[in-house]
Amino acid sequence: MTETITATGMSPAIVALFIFVLACFIGYYVIWGVTPSLHTPLISLTNAISGIIIVGAILVTGTEGATSLEQGLGFVAVMLASINIFGGFAVTQRMLSMFRKKDK
Amino acid sequence: MLNANTLAIIYLISASLFILGLKGLTHPSTARRGNYLAMTGMLLAIVATLFNPVVQNYSLILAGLAIGAVIGIMIAIKIDMKAMPQLVAAFHSLVGLTAVLVAIGTFTEHAASGQIDGVMLVELGIGSFIGAITFTGSLIAFGKLQGVLSGNPIVFKGQHLLNLALGLLTLALVFQFSQSGSLTTLLLITAIALALGFLLIIPIGGADMPVVVSMLNSYSGWAAAATGFTLQNNALIVTGALVGFSGAILSFIMCRAMNRSFISVILGGFGGSDDEESTAMQAANQGIKSAAVEDLAFMIENANRLIVVPGYGMAVAQAQHALKELTDLLDDKGIEVKFAIHPVAGRMPGHMNVLLAESDIPYDHVIEMDEINPEFSTTDVALVVGANDVTNPAAKTDKSSPIYGMPILDVEKAKYVFVIKRSMRPGYSGIENLLYFRDNCSMVFGDAKEVCESLVQELKNSM
Repeated sequence: MTETITATGMSPAIVALFIFVLACFIGYYVIWGVTPSLHTPLISLTNAISGIIIVGAILVTGTEGATSLEQGLGFVAVMLASINIFGGFAVTQRMLSMFRKKDK
Repeated sequence: MLNANTLAIIYLISASLFILGLKGLTHPSTARRGNYLAMTGMLLAIVATLFNPVVQNYSLILAGLAIGAVIGIMIAIKIDMKAMPQLVAAFHSLVGLTAVLVAIGTFTEHAASGQIDGVMLVELGIGSFIGAITFTGSLIAFGKLQGVLSGNPIVFKGQHLLNLALGLLTLALVFQFSQSGSLTTLLLITAIALALGFLLIIPIGGADMPVVVSMLNSYSGWAAAATGFTLQNNALIVTGALVGFSGAILSFIMCRAMNRSFISVILGGFGGSDDEESTAMQAANQGIKSAAVEDLAFMIENANRLIVVPGYGMAVAQAQHALKELTDLLDDKGIEVKFAIHPVAGRMPGHMNVLLAESDIPYDHVIEMDEINPEFSTTDVALVVGANDVTNPAAKTDKSSPIYGMPILDVEKAKYVFVIKRSMRPGYSGIENLLYFRDNCSMVFGDAKEVCESLVQELKNSM
């Protein structure tokens, strides 16, 4: 991945910025489409997916040569992000299953 | 083990699934599928990361995942829907703390192996800064929502100046950190941000909590995005941007629904309890009519259409189940029942919809403000249960009112208006409601749950 980036002459930070800005546009349009009645599930779902930060936590914990302090930090981070992911998705699911049409 | 390109492709799929997942929330009928798509995206991202060749030690990671899963799922099963705002605030604080831990851990590991440059240091500093603000800010919001801390705004002289000074100091420290790469500086930045998170949320009053919850949602997204920059991980960057924008848009919608500028919410000081108004309120009491439950039942029985306007007071009194019974009863009698939802009803965006859905009120009976407002003028009875400020016509007529310009539900246009209320105490914002003085408005005094239950009983008897 790094080689191709160097070939285009862009620094990785600029590539990241490029992706970030485009993602902001996607976010803008997708979120305005969400129906107001589902704004609470929207918050809990975005909260669950922001648990993606667990990727960083896994890398900190698992990297070869990590000191025990770093492993400790990483372990706590993995656990916290995991609470977010599992709790967030589960509570979203619980809420969404309540939204029913009249079923009689 | 996966190589960098394969990993990148899997993260791309994850990010796409997250986008499709959020898109699912466009309608309740596709929402559950959306949640499953997002779960799949998360599963892919986690599994792929575990197969990143950098990862050598699995036991701690798997232990952390398992413990987190058990705690998270237990909380999700047990939580009371009324407490969703607190829960979400607590979850946001976890994302913030994780971002801080990841930034510090990443810094020390990269510094030890020498793979670190000025750009990365700036990103690390910012990541830790946003994470720390999110962490303490969310904790304070949690405390206020849970009632552990007072909901009143805490303001002191020079507050905003202090925040500004701390912000500028952080900028200087981030610059210094990019040059020095010293751990002490990073920790100092984090410590200041922890204090800032606390200082930023304490002046914001209870009435503005829907904005705060959305705002912290946004911060947690930016924290994830900043972490993505340091790790050069596109899944984090994309997800962070989506979440950041989601929170920002919700904050905007909430501010618009209260006719408050985002800046004035942030600066705080609104929504305290002013006891000085109460005498004025008592003096004004004479012009108000009160009605008995029997009167209300009679009017509803002879109506073609009823609109219920629920507020947070309804949820506090646990009246929603009685309202569900009322809905079923009237449906059978051929009387149309709808629920009118103001965007800031409840304590977080969309909160009221969840509370009504929980008590099995079908979502097609629950209508948003803009859609239902034109219908009030053709409605026979409007029943206000535990809502106050969002029905106040002063927002349209009284230029001196603090809520002037706020969009409201046009309850007063209904033929008859009944308001279920414990006493004449003003609402969250401490403003008296002009609706109560209208000729077509009657108060039914009592606990919302008891009144609704006896209303249902009354209607059953007369059928």
